[in-house]
Amino acid sequence: MQKYSVFSLIKNALTNHQNWDVVWRDPEPKKEYEAIIIGGGGHGLATAFYLAKYYNMKNIAILEKGWIGGGNVARNTTILRSNYMHDANSLFYDHGMQMWKDLSQELNYNVMYSPRGILNLAHSDAQLNAYARRGNSMRLNGIDVSLIGREEVKKMIPFADFTSNARFPIFGGLLQPIGGTARHDAVAWGYARAADDMGVDIIQHCEVNGFDIENGKLTGVQTSRGNIKTKKVGLCVAGSTSLLAEKLNMNLPMEAHVLQACVSEPVKPLLDGVVTFGAGHFYCSQSDKGEMVMGGDLDGYNSYAQRGNLPTIQHVLTEGVALFPNLSRLKILRTWGGVMDMSMDGSPIIDKTHIEGVYLNCGWCYGGFKATPVSGLTFAHTIANDTPHDLSIPFRLDRFNTGHLLDEKGLGTKTWIS
Amino acid sequence: MKKALEQKLGLVDMLEIKCPYCGDRSQNEFSYGGDATVKRPELNSEVNDLEWDSFVYYRDNPRGKHLELWHHISGCRQWFKVHRNTATHEIIQTLEMQEDL
Ligand SMILES: Cc1cc2nc3c(=O)[nH]c(=O)nc-3n(C[C@H](O)[C@H](O)[C@H](O)COP(=O)(O)OP(=O)(O)OC[C@H]3O[C@@H](n4cnc5c(N)ncnc54)[C@H](O)[C@@H]3O)c2cc1C
Ligand SMILES: [Zn+2]
Repeated sequence: MQKYSVFSLIKNALTNHQNWDVVWRDPEPKKEYEAIIIGGGGHGLATAFYLAKYYNMKNIAILEKGWIGGGNVARNTTILRSNYMHDANSLFYDHGMQMWKDLSQELNYNVMYSPRGILNLAHSDAQLNAYARRGNSMRLNGIDVSLIGREEVKKMIPFADFTSNARFPIFGGLLQPIGGTARHDAVAWGYARAADDMGVDIIQHCEVNGFDIENGKLTGVQTSRGNIKTKKVGLCVAGSTSLLAEKLNMNLPMEAHVLQACVSEPVKPLLDGVVTFGAGHFYCSQSDKGEMVMGGDLDGYNSYAQRGNLPTIQHVLTEGVALFPNLSRLKILRTWGGVMDMSMDGSPIIDKTHIEGVYLNCGWCYGGFKATPVSGLTFAHTIANDTPHDLSIPFRLDRFNTGHLLDEKGLGTKTWIS
Repeated sequence: MKKALEQKLGLVDMLEIKCPYCGDRSQNEFSYGGDATVKRPELNSEVNDLEWDSFVYYRDNPRGKHLELWHHISGCRQWFKVHRNTATHEIIQTLEMQEDL
Protein backbone atom coordinates (compact mmCIF):
# COMPACT_ATOMS: atom_id res chain seq x y z
CA MET A 1 0.00 0.00 0.00
CA GLN A 2 1.21 3.45 -0.90
CA LYS A 3 1.57 5.20 2.45
CA TYR A 4 -0.27 8.49 2.81
CA SER A 5 1.89 11.20 4.40
CA VAL A 6 2.84 14.81 3.91
CA PHE A 7 5.76 13.59 1.78
CA SER A 8 3.61 11.49 -0.53
CA LEU A 9 1.29 14.48 -0.82
CA ILE A 10 4.13 16.80 -1.87
CA LYS A 11 5.59 14.21 -4.23
CA ASN A 12 2.24 13.66 -5.94
CA ALA A 13 1.52 17.37 -6.08
CA LEU A 14 4.60 17.71 -8.26
CA THR A 15 3.11 15.30 -10.80
CA ASN A 16 -0.33 16.88 -10.71
CA HIS A 17 -1.76 14.02 -8.64
CA GLN A 18 -1.75 11.71 -11.65
CA ASN A 19 0.20 8.90 -9.97
CA TRP A 20 -1.81 7.94 -6.91
CA ASP A 21 -2.53 4.21 -6.60
CA VAL A 22 -6.15 3.08 -6.75
CA VAL A 23 -7.50 3.08 -3.20
CA TRP A 24 -8.74 -0.51 -3.38
CA ARG A 25 -8.80 -3.17 -6.11
CA ASP A 26 -11.89 -4.29 -7.98
CA PRO A 27 -11.40 -8.07 -8.03
CA GLU A 28 -13.60 -10.76 -9.60
CA PRO A 29 -15.16 -13.02 -6.97
CA LYS A 30 -13.19 -16.22 -6.34
CA LYS A 31 -14.83 -19.66 -6.21
CA GLU A 32 -14.24 -20.00 -2.49
CA TYR A 33 -13.35 -17.93 0.58
CA GLU A 34 -12.41 -18.76 4.14
CA ALA A 35 -14.98 -16.20 5.29
CA ILE A 36 -17.48 -13.92 3.58
CA ILE A 37 -18.83 -10.69 5.02
CA ILE A 38 -22.15 -9.54 3.54
CA GLY A 39 -22.50 -5.76 3.45
CA GLY A 40 -19.76 -3.24 2.77
CA GLY A 41 -20.91 -0.63 5.29
CA GLY A 42 -18.75 0.44 8.20
CA HIS A 43 -19.40 -2.70 10.23
CA GLY A 44 -18.71 -5.14 7.40
CA LEU A 45 -15.51 -3.38 6.38
CA ALA A 46 -14.25 -3.14 9.96
CA THR A 47 -15.06 -6.81 10.58
CA ALA A 48 -13.10 -7.94 7.54
CA PHE A 49 -10.19 -5.68 8.46
CA TYR A 50 -9.92 -7.05 12.01
CA LEU A 51 -10.36 -10.64 10.81
CA ALA A 52 -7.35 -10.14 8.59
CA LYS A 53 -5.39 -8.13 11.13
CA TYR A 54 -5.92 -10.07 14.36
CA TYR A 55 -7.26 -13.47 13.36
CA ASN A 56 -4.88 -14.32 10.60
CA MET A 57 -7.55 -14.90 7.97
CA LYS A 58 -6.35 -13.84 4.56
CA ASN A 59 -8.88 -15.28 2.16
CA ILE A 60 -11.85 -13.04 2.92
CA ALA A 61 -14.41 -11.31 0.72
CA ILE A 62 -16.83 -8.48 1.40
CA LEU A 63 -19.91 -8.71 -0.84
CA GLU A 64 -21.72 -5.39 -1.26
CA LYS A 65 -24.88 -5.11 -3.32
CA GLY A 66 -24.34 -1.43 -4.03
CA TRP A 67 -21.13 0.51 -3.57
CA ILE A 68 -18.84 1.22 -0.62
CA GLY A 69 -20.28 4.15 1.28
CA GLY A 70 -23.79 3.95 -0.17
CA GLY A 71 -25.53 2.72 2.96
CA ASN A 72 -25.97 4.11 6.44
CA VAL A 73 -22.25 4.42 6.94
CA ALA A 74 -22.37 7.55 4.80
CA ARG A 75 -25.89 8.68 5.71
CA ASN A 76 -25.43 9.19 9.43
CA THR A 77 -24.80 12.37 11.36
CA THR A 78 -21.40 11.07 12.56
CA ILE A 79 -21.89 11.44 16.30
CA LEU A 80 -19.53 9.49 18.55
CA ARG A 81 -20.35 9.04 22.23
CA SER A 82 -20.51 6.50 25.04
CA ASN A 83 -22.95 8.22 27.40
CA TYR A 84 -24.95 5.08 28.22
CA MET A 85 -26.22 3.97 31.59
CA HIS A 86 -26.23 0.17 31.39
CA ASP A 87 -22.84 -1.41 32.08
CA ALA A 88 -22.93 -3.55 28.95
CA ASN A 89 -23.49 -0.54 26.69
CA SER A 90 -21.07 1.73 28.56
CA LEU A 91 -18.20 -0.72 28.43
CA PHE A 92 -18.80 -1.71 24.82
CA TYR A 93 -19.20 1.80 23.40
CA ASP A 94 -16.40 3.22 25.50
CA HIS A 95 -14.04 0.58 24.19
CA GLY A 96 -15.10 1.90 20.81
CA MET A 97 -14.34 5.47 21.85
CA GLN A 98 -10.81 4.42 22.77
CA MET A 99 -10.40 2.82 19.35
CA TRP A 100 -11.38 6.05 17.56
CA LYS A 101 -8.39 7.83 19.09
CA ASP A 102 -5.84 5.91 17.05
CA LEU A 103 -7.97 4.94 14.09
CA SER A 104 -6.46 7.40 11.60
CA GLN A 105 -2.98 6.09 12.43
CA GLU A 106 -4.11 2.48 12.39
CA LEU A 107 -5.67 2.84 8.94
CA ASN A 108 -3.16 5.41 7.60
CA TYR A 109 -6.25 7.36 6.57
CA ASN A 110 -7.52 10.57 8.12
CA VAL A 111 -10.96 9.76 9.51
CA MET A 112 -11.12 13.29 10.93
CA TYR A 113 -11.93 12.06 14.42
CA SER A 114 -12.82 15.17 16.37
CA PRO A 115 -13.49 14.86 20.13
CA ARG A 116 -15.32 18.17 20.29
CA GLY A 117 -17.65 17.20 23.14
CA ILE A 118 -21.28 16.20 23.27
CA LEU A 119 -23.68 18.17 25.43
CA ASN A 120 -27.12 16.77 26.35
CA LEU A 121 -29.31 19.64 27.52
CA ALA A 122 -31.72 19.39 30.45
CA HIS A 123 -34.86 21.52 30.60
CA SER A 124 -36.18 20.69 34.07
CA ASP A 125 -34.87 19.77 37.50
CA ALA A 126 -36.08 16.23 37.02
CA GLN A 127 -34.16 15.90 33.78
CA LEU A 128 -31.02 17.29 35.38
CA ASN A 129 -31.41 14.73 38.18
CA ALA A 130 -31.74 11.95 35.62
CA TYR A 131 -28.57 13.19 33.92
CA ALA A 132 -26.78 13.27 37.26
CA ARG A 133 -27.69 9.63 37.68
CA ARG A 134 -26.56 8.74 34.19
CA GLY A 135 -23.33 10.69 34.68
CA ASN A 136 -22.65 8.81 37.93
CA SER A 137 -23.17 5.45 36.25
CA MET A 138 -20.79 6.50 33.50
CA ARG A 139 -18.16 7.56 36.02
CA LEU A 140 -18.50 4.24 37.82
CA ASN A 141 -17.54 2.70 34.50
CA GLY A 142 -14.54 5.02 34.22
CA ILE A 143 -15.99 7.35 31.60
CA ASP A 144 -15.24 11.05 31.96
CA VAL A 145 -18.38 13.17 32.06
CA SER A 146 -19.57 16.26 33.90
CA LEU A 147 -22.85 17.79 34.88
CA ILE A 148 -22.85 21.50 34.09
CA GLY A 149 -25.16 24.32 35.06
CA ARG A 150 -27.04 26.88 33.00
CA GLU A 151 -24.29 29.51 33.21
CA GLU A 152 -21.66 27.12 31.89
CA VAL A 153 -23.96 26.02 29.09
CA LYS A 154 -24.46 29.67 28.22
CA LYS A 155 -20.70 30.09 27.79
CA MET A 156 -20.61 27.16 25.40
CA ILE A 157 -23.67 27.97 23.30
CA PRO A 158 -24.52 31.64 23.88
CA PHE A 159 -26.81 31.70 20.84
CA ALA A 160 -29.26 29.22 22.36
CA ASP A 161 -32.47 30.70 23.72
CA PHE A 162 -31.60 31.94 27.22
CA THR A 163 -34.34 34.57 27.28
CA SER A 164 -37.25 34.46 29.70
CA ASN A 165 -39.49 33.61 26.73
CA ALA A 166 -37.78 30.29 26.01
CA ARG A 167 -40.45 27.62 25.67
CA PHE A 168 -38.12 25.05 27.26
CA PRO A 169 -35.63 26.92 29.47
CA ILE A 170 -32.18 25.39 29.75
CA PHE A 171 -31.40 24.14 33.27
CA GLY A 172 -27.99 22.63 32.53
CA GLY A 173 -26.58 19.62 30.77
CA LEU A 174 -24.44 16.51 30.74
CA LEU A 175 -21.16 16.95 28.92
CA GLN A 176 -19.03 14.09 27.63
CA PRO A 177 -15.84 15.84 26.50
CA ILE A 178 -14.50 12.91 24.48
CA GLY A 179 -17.72 12.65 22.44
CA GLY A 180 -17.64 14.22 19.02
CA THR A 181 -17.66 13.40 15.34
CA ALA A 182 -15.67 11.67 12.59
CA ARG A 183 -15.92 11.96 8.84
CA HIS A 184 -18.28 9.11 7.92
CA ASP A 185 -17.20 8.30 4.38
CA ALA A 186 -13.54 8.56 5.36
CA VAL A 187 -14.26 5.78 7.85
CA ALA A 188 -15.71 3.60 5.07
CA TRP A 189 -12.93 4.41 2.61
CA GLY A 190 -10.18 4.09 5.23
CA TYR A 191 -11.33 0.65 6.37
CA ALA A 192 -11.85 -0.44 2.75
CA ARG A 193 -8.34 0.62 1.75
CA ALA A 194 -6.74 -0.99 4.80
CA ALA A 195 -8.73 -4.23 4.41
CA ASP A 196 -7.87 -4.42 0.73
CA ASP A 197 -4.23 -3.95 1.64
CA MET A 198 -4.47 -7.00 3.91
CA GLY A 199 -5.76 -9.04 0.98
CA VAL A 200 -9.51 -8.76 1.54
CA ASP A 201 -11.48 -8.84 -1.74
CA ILE A 202 -14.01 -6.00 -1.81
CA ILE A 203 -16.64 -7.00 -4.33
CA GLN A 204 -19.16 -4.29 -5.12
CA HIS A 205 -22.42 -4.70 -7.04
CA CYS A 206 -22.74 -8.26 -5.74
CA GLU A 207 -25.99 -9.00 -3.95
CA VAL A 208 -26.41 -12.04 -1.74
CA ASN A 209 -29.74 -13.72 -2.50
CA GLY A 210 -29.52 -16.99 -0.60
CA PHE A 211 -27.47 -19.46 1.39
CA ASP A 212 -26.36 -23.05 0.79
CA ILE A 213 -26.83 -25.06 3.93
CA GLU A 214 -26.20 -28.77 4.38
CA ASN A 215 -27.06 -30.61 7.61
CA GLY A 216 -27.27 -27.38 9.55
CA LYS A 217 -23.91 -26.17 8.28
CA LEU A 218 -23.21 -23.33 5.89
CA THR A 219 -21.43 -24.34 2.68
CA GLY A 220 -21.79 -21.24 0.53
CA VAL A 221 -23.77 -18.20 -0.57
CA GLN A 222 -25.78 -17.50 -3.71
CA THR A 223 -25.09 -14.10 -5.22
CA SER A 224 -26.03 -12.02 -8.25
CA ARG A 225 -22.54 -12.87 -9.51
CA GLY A 226 -22.77 -16.62 -8.99
CA ASN A 227 -22.42 -19.08 -6.12
CA ILE A 228 -19.44 -18.75 -3.82
CA LYS A 229 -18.29 -21.42 -1.38
CA THR A 230 -17.49 -20.59 2.21
CA LYS A 231 -17.83 -22.12 5.67
CA LYS A 232 -18.31 -18.83 7.49
CA VAL A 233 -20.49 -15.86 6.68
CA GLY A 234 -21.07 -12.69 8.69
CA LEU A 235 -24.19 -10.60 8.07
CA CYS A 236 -23.52 -6.85 8.33
CA VAL A 237 -26.44 -5.57 6.28
CA ALA A 238 -27.97 -3.11 8.77
CA GLY A 239 -31.52 -2.24 7.62
CA SER A 240 -31.73 -5.28 5.31
CA THR A 241 -31.10 -7.87 8.03
CA SER A 242 -34.65 -9.24 8.29
CA LEU A 243 -34.70 -9.82 4.51
CA LEU A 244 -31.59 -12.03 4.60
CA ALA A 245 -32.65 -13.66 7.87
CA GLU A 246 -35.83 -14.79 6.14
CA LYS A 247 -33.65 -16.79 3.73
CA LEU A 248 -32.23 -18.53 6.79
CA ASN A 249 -35.72 -19.20 8.15
CA MET A 250 -35.03 -16.83 10.99
CA ASN A 251 -37.45 -14.32 12.38
CA LEU A 252 -35.72 -11.50 14.24
CA PRO A 253 -36.76 -9.13 17.05
CA MET A 254 -36.45 -6.24 14.64
CA GLU A 255 -38.28 -3.68 12.52
CA ALA A 256 -37.00 -1.50 9.68
CA HIS A 257 -37.64 2.21 10.10
CA VAL A 258 -36.46 5.26 8.20
CA LEU A 259 -34.43 7.95 9.94
CA GLN A 260 -33.87 11.29 8.27
CA ALA A 261 -31.30 13.99 8.70
CA CYS A 262 -30.66 17.32 7.01
CA VAL A 263 -28.05 20.02 6.59
CA SER A 264 -28.40 23.77 6.28
CA GLU A 265 -26.51 26.02 3.92
CA PRO A 266 -22.93 26.48 5.15
CA VAL A 267 -22.24 29.32 7.57
CA LYS A 268 -19.22 30.60 9.48
CA PRO A 269 -18.18 28.73 12.64
CA LEU A 270 -21.10 28.81 15.04
CA LEU A 271 -21.17 25.59 17.01
CA ASP A 272 -18.03 23.69 17.93
CA GLY A 273 -19.51 20.65 19.68
CA VAL A 274 -22.52 18.38 19.41
CA VAL A 275 -25.67 19.54 21.22
CA THR A 276 -28.83 17.56 21.89
CA PHE A 277 -32.10 19.21 22.86
CA GLY A 278 -33.67 17.59 25.90
CA ALA A 279 -37.31 18.59 25.45
CA GLY A 280 -37.81 16.66 22.26
CA HIS A 281 -35.63 14.88 19.77
CA PHE A 282 -33.31 17.30 18.01
CA TYR A 283 -29.55 17.31 17.78
CA CYS A 284 -27.08 19.44 15.94
CA SER A 285 -23.41 19.83 15.07
CA GLN A 286 -21.56 21.85 12.47
CA SER A 287 -19.62 20.15 9.71
CA ASP A 288 -16.18 21.29 8.63
CA LYS A 289 -17.81 22.74 5.53
CA GLY A 290 -19.96 24.92 7.79
CA GLU A 291 -23.30 23.20 7.30
CA MET A 292 -25.44 22.74 10.39
CA VAL A 293 -26.03 18.96 10.56
CA MET A 294 -29.35 18.20 12.18
CA GLY A 295 -31.44 15.18 13.02
CA GLY A 296 -34.10 13.86 15.33
CA ASP A 297 -36.92 11.35 15.35
CA LEU A 298 -37.61 8.33 13.18
CA ASP A 299 -40.46 8.92 10.73
CA GLY A 300 -42.35 6.50 12.91
CA TYR A 301 -43.73 3.72 10.74
CA ASN A 302 -42.12 0.61 9.24
CA SER A 303 -40.14 1.59 6.17
CA TYR A 304 -37.55 0.21 3.79
CA ALA A 305 -37.54 3.42 1.74
CA GLN A 306 -34.28 5.32 2.04
CA ARG A 307 -36.38 8.45 2.10
CA GLY A 308 -38.84 9.97 4.51
CA ASN A 309 -41.59 12.55 4.58
CA LEU A 310 -41.73 16.25 5.40
CA PRO A 311 -43.70 16.17 8.69
CA THR A 312 -40.74 14.70 10.57
CA ILE A 313 -38.31 17.23 9.13
CA GLN A 314 -40.70 20.05 10.06
CA HIS A 315 -41.11 18.66 13.55
CA VAL A 316 -37.36 18.28 14.09
CA LEU A 317 -36.61 21.77 12.81
CA THR A 318 -39.36 23.31 14.94
CA GLU A 319 -37.53 21.93 17.94
CA GLY A 320 -34.26 23.19 16.50
CA VAL A 321 -35.58 26.71 16.20
CA ALA A 322 -37.01 26.56 19.75
CA LEU A 323 -33.48 25.85 20.97
CA PHE A 324 -31.46 27.97 18.55
CA PRO A 325 -33.72 30.81 17.28
CA ASN A 326 -31.04 31.96 14.82
CA LEU A 327 -31.42 28.72 12.84
CA SER A 328 -34.71 30.10 11.52
CA ARG A 329 -32.74 32.34 9.15
CA LEU A 330 -30.93 29.45 7.46
CA LYS A 331 -32.08 27.52 4.42
CA ILE A 332 -32.07 23.75 4.34
CA LEU A 333 -29.74 22.43 1.65
CA ARG A 334 -30.73 18.80 1.61
CA THR A 335 -32.49 16.06 3.52
CA TRP A 336 -32.00 12.31 3.21
CA GLY A 337 -32.94 9.09 4.94
CA GLY A 338 -31.49 5.69 5.81
CA VAL A 339 -33.11 2.40 6.82
CA MET A 340 -32.52 1.56 10.46
CA ASP A 341 -32.36 -1.95 11.89
CA MET A 342 -34.42 -1.14 15.01
CA SER A 343 -34.01 -3.97 17.51
CA MET A 344 -36.78 -4.52 20.01
CA ASP A 345 -34.77 -3.25 22.98
CA GLY A 346 -32.76 -0.57 21.15
CA SER A 347 -29.44 -2.41 21.57
CA PRO A 348 -27.41 -4.30 18.97
CA ILE A 349 -27.21 -8.03 18.32
CA ILE A 350 -23.80 -9.66 17.77
CA ASP A 351 -23.99 -13.42 17.82
CA LYS A 352 -23.76 -16.86 16.25
CA THR A 353 -26.95 -18.38 14.87
CA HIS A 354 -28.56 -21.83 14.92
CA ILE A 355 -26.79 -22.53 11.62
CA GLU A 356 -23.12 -23.46 11.95
CA GLY A 357 -21.02 -20.85 10.20
CA VAL A 358 -23.64 -18.09 10.06
CA TYR A 359 -23.02 -15.03 12.24
CA LEU A 360 -25.22 -12.04 12.89
CA ASN A 361 -24.35 -8.36 13.42
CA CYS A 362 -27.40 -6.06 13.44
CA GLY A 363 -29.85 -4.05 15.48
CA TRP A 364 -27.73 -0.90 15.54
CA CYS A 365 -30.75 1.37 15.43
CA TYR A 366 -29.74 4.99 14.95
CA GLY A 367 -26.46 4.64 16.82
CA GLY A 368 -24.21 2.23 14.99
CA PHE A 369 -21.72 4.60 13.42
CA LYS A 370 -19.91 5.28 16.67
CA ALA A 371 -19.61 1.54 17.22
CA THR A 372 -17.99 0.80 13.85
CA PRO A 373 -14.52 -0.07 15.20
CA VAL A 374 -15.64 -2.00 18.29
CA SER A 375 -18.38 -3.80 16.38
CA GLY A 376 -15.84 -4.90 13.77
CA LEU A 377 -13.44 -6.07 16.45
CA THR A 378 -15.94 -8.05 18.51
CA PHE A 379 -17.69 -9.50 15.47
CA ALA A 380 -14.37 -10.61 13.96
CA HIS A 381 -13.65 -12.36 17.25
CA THR A 382 -17.05 -14.04 17.21
CA ILE A 383 -16.57 -15.28 13.65
CA ALA A 384 -12.97 -16.43 14.09
CA ASN A 385 -13.45 -18.21 17.42
CA ASP A 386 -17.07 -19.25 17.02
CA THR A 387 -17.75 -17.67 20.40
CA PRO A 388 -18.66 -14.11 21.46
CA HIS A 389 -16.06 -11.56 22.51
CA ASP A 390 -16.19 -10.68 26.24
CA LEU A 391 -17.51 -7.21 25.40
CA SER A 392 -20.33 -8.49 23.22
CA ILE A 393 -21.61 -11.37 25.40
CA PRO A 394 -24.53 -9.20 26.61
CA PHE A 395 -25.56 -8.56 22.99
CA ARG A 396 -26.46 -12.15 22.21
CA LEU A 397 -29.75 -12.86 20.50
CA ASP A 398 -31.08 -15.11 23.27
CA ARG A 399 -31.51 -12.13 25.59
CA PHE A 400 -34.98 -11.74 24.07
CA ASN A 401 -35.84 -15.19 25.41
CA THR A 402 -34.06 -15.00 28.76
CA GLY A 403 -35.31 -11.52 29.63
CA HIS A 404 -31.84 -9.93 29.83
CA LEU A 405 -32.84 -6.98 27.67
CA LEU A 406 -30.74 -3.88 27.27
CA ASP A 407 -33.48 -1.29 27.08
CA GLU A 408 -31.41 1.86 27.64
CA LYS A 409 -34.29 4.25 26.94
CA GLY A 410 -37.05 2.29 28.61
CA LEU A 411 -39.19 2.37 25.47
CA GLY A 412 -40.06 -1.28 25.29
CA THR A 413 -40.73 -2.69 21.87
CA LYS A 414 -42.36 0.40 20.38
CA THR A 415 -39.17 1.52 18.71
CA TRP A 416 -40.90 4.21 16.69
CA ILE A 417 -41.77 6.14 19.85
CA SER A 418 -38.56 8.11 20.08
CA MET B 1 -55.40 8.13 -10.12
CA LYS B 2 -52.80 10.91 -10.30
CA LYS B 3 -52.48 10.87 -6.51
CA ALA B 4 -51.92 7.12 -6.45
CA LEU B 5 -49.25 7.43 -9.11
CA GLU B 6 -47.51 10.26 -7.28
CA GLN B 7 -47.56 8.23 -4.11
CA LYS B 8 -46.07 5.27 -5.95
CA LEU B 9 -43.29 7.39 -7.34
CA GLY B 10 -42.62 8.94 -3.96
CA LEU B 11 -43.44 12.45 -5.15
CA VAL B 12 -45.59 13.33 -2.17
CA ASP B 13 -44.38 15.29 0.83
CA MET B 14 -46.45 13.38 3.33
CA LEU B 15 -48.75 10.42 3.58
CA GLU B 16 -52.44 10.98 3.07
CA ILE B 17 -54.29 8.36 5.04
CA LYS B 18 -57.91 7.52 4.47
CA CYS B 19 -59.48 7.06 7.89
CA PRO B 20 -62.40 4.62 7.38
CA TYR B 21 -64.57 7.04 9.39
CA CYS B 22 -63.34 10.52 8.39
CA GLY B 23 -61.88 10.10 4.90
CA ASP B 24 -58.57 11.42 3.55
CA ARG B 25 -56.52 13.24 6.17
CA SER B 26 -52.90 14.30 6.48
CA GLN B 27 -50.40 12.05 8.19
CA ASN B 28 -49.99 14.68 10.92
CA GLU B 29 -53.34 13.67 12.42
CA PHE B 30 -52.37 10.03 12.99
CA SER B 31 -50.12 8.01 15.20
CA TYR B 32 -48.72 4.61 14.42
CA GLY B 33 -49.51 1.37 16.23
CA GLY B 34 -47.29 -1.21 14.56
CA ASP B 35 -47.73 -4.58 12.84
CA ALA B 36 -51.44 -5.54 12.82
CA THR B 37 -50.79 -9.22 12.18
CA VAL B 38 -49.21 -9.83 15.57
CA LYS B 39 -51.65 -11.97 17.58
CA ARG B 40 -51.73 -12.07 21.35
CA PRO B 41 -51.84 -15.68 22.58
CA GLU B 42 -55.36 -16.78 23.59
CA LEU B 43 -56.38 -15.93 27.13
CA ASN B 44 -56.53 -18.84 29.60
CA SER B 45 -54.69 -21.16 27.25
CA GLU B 46 -51.35 -22.86 27.83
CA VAL B 47 -48.69 -20.49 26.38
CA ASN B 48 -45.09 -21.60 26.05
CA ASP B 49 -42.16 -19.18 26.27
CA LEU B 50 -41.52 -19.31 22.56
CA GLU B 51 -45.07 -18.27 21.69
CA TRP B 52 -44.96 -15.47 24.21
CA ASP B 53 -41.55 -14.19 22.97
CA SER B 54 -42.76 -14.31 19.39
CA PHE B 55 -45.75 -12.21 20.28
CA VAL B 56 -43.75 -9.63 22.21
CA TYR B 57 -40.53 -9.33 20.21
CA TYR B 58 -40.44 -11.12 16.88
CA ARG B 59 -41.72 -9.47 13.69
CA ASP B 60 -41.95 -10.50 10.03
CA ASN B 61 -40.73 -7.04 9.05
CA PRO B 62 -41.50 -7.39 5.34
CA ARG B 63 -40.17 -5.17 2.56
CA GLY B 64 -43.38 -4.58 0.60
CA LYS B 65 -46.97 -5.01 1.71
CA HIS B 66 -47.49 -4.59 5.44
CA LEU B 67 -50.73 -4.64 7.41
CA GLU B 68 -50.47 -2.20 10.29
CA LEU B 69 -52.41 -0.31 12.94
CA TRP B 70 -52.94 3.43 12.91
CA HIS B 71 -54.80 5.67 15.32
CA HIS B 72 -56.65 8.80 14.19
CA ILE B 73 -55.44 10.53 17.30
CA SER B 74 -56.19 14.12 16.27
CA GLY B 75 -59.48 13.16 14.67
CA CYS B 76 -62.14 10.60 15.52
CA ARG B 77 -59.66 8.70 17.75
CA GLN B 78 -60.53 5.35 16.21
CA TRP B 79 -57.97 2.62 15.64
CA PHE B 80 -57.99 1.02 12.19
CA LYS B 81 -55.82 -1.02 9.82
CA VAL B 82 -53.74 0.25 6.93
CA HIS B 83 -52.37 -1.96 4.16
CA ARG B 84 -49.25 -0.12 3.07
CA ASN B 85 -46.11 -0.80 1.05
CA THR B 86 -43.02 -0.33 3.23
CA ALA B 87 -40.74 0.12 0.22
CA THR B 88 -42.74 2.76 -1.67
CA HIS B 89 -44.94 4.23 1.09
CA GLU B 90 -47.95 3.55 -1.16
CA ILE B 91 -51.16 3.03 0.80
CA ILE B 92 -53.12 0.21 -0.80
CA GLN B 93 -56.18 0.09 1.42
CA THR B 94 -57.52 1.06 4.83
CA LEU B 95 -59.87 -1.13 6.85
CA GLU B 96 -61.92 -1.06 10.03
CA MET B 97 -60.53 -3.12 12.89
CA GLN B 98 -62.98 -6.01 12.47
CA GLU B 99 -62.34 -6.24 8.72
CA ASP B 100 -59.77 -8.54 7.17
CA LEU B 101 -57.92 -8.16 3.90
C1 LIG C 1 -29.89 9.81 9.18
C2 LIG C 1 -29.06 8.92 10.05
C3 LIG C 1 -28.34 9.45 11.11
C4 LIG C 1 -27.55 8.64 11.91
N1 LIG C 1 -26.78 9.22 12.88
C5 LIG C 1 -25.92 8.48 13.61
C6 LIG C 1 -25.03 9.12 14.54
O1 LIG C 1 -25.01 10.36 14.67
N2 LIG C 1 -24.19 8.33 15.26
C7 LIG C 1 -24.18 6.98 15.13
O2 LIG C 1 -23.41 6.33 15.83
N3 LIG C 1 -24.99 6.35 14.25
C8 LIG C 1 -25.86 7.06 13.47
N4 LIG C 1 -26.69 6.44 12.55
C9 LIG C 1 -26.70 4.97 12.48
C10 LIG C 1 -25.56 4.38 11.67
O3 LIG C 1 -25.44 5.05 10.44
C11 LIG C 1 -25.82 2.88 11.43
O4 LIG C 1 -26.15 2.24 12.64
C12 LIG C 1 -24.59 2.16 10.86
O5 LIG C 1 -24.02 2.90 9.81
C13 LIG C 1 -25.00 0.78 10.37
O6 LIG C 1 -23.92 -0.03 10.01
P1 LIG C 1 -23.20 -0.05 8.58
O7 LIG C 1 -22.34 1.16 8.45
O8 LIG C 1 -22.48 -1.32 8.44
O9 LIG C 1 -24.47 0.04 7.61
P2 LIG C 1 -24.58 0.27 6.03
O10 LIG C 1 -23.61 1.30 5.56
O11 LIG C 1 -26.02 0.49 5.75
O12 LIG C 1 -24.10 -1.12 5.46
C14 LIG C 1 -24.93 -2.21 5.12
C15 LIG C 1 -24.62 -2.59 3.70
O13 LIG C 1 -25.19 -3.84 3.38
C16 LIG C 1 -25.52 -3.84 2.02
N5 LIG C 1 -26.46 -4.92 1.76
C17 LIG C 1 -27.74 -5.04 2.18
N6 LIG C 1 -28.29 -6.19 1.74
C18 LIG C 1 -27.33 -6.83 1.01
C19 LIG C 1 -27.30 -8.06 0.30
N7 LIG C 1 -28.36 -8.88 0.24
N8 LIG C 1 -26.14 -8.40 -0.35
C20 LIG C 1 -25.06 -7.59 -0.30
N9 LIG C 1 -25.04 -6.40 0.37
C21 LIG C 1 -26.17 -6.03 1.02
C22 LIG C 1 -26.09 -2.45 1.81
O14 LIG C 1 -26.06 -2.08 0.44
C23 LIG C 1 -25.19 -1.59 2.69
O15 LIG C 1 -24.12 -0.99 1.98
C24 LIG C 1 -27.49 7.23 11.70
C25 LIG C 1 -28.21 6.70 10.63
C26 LIG C 1 -28.98 7.52 9.79
C27 LIG C 1 -29.71 6.93 8.63
ZN1 LIG D 1 -61.03 9.32 11.80
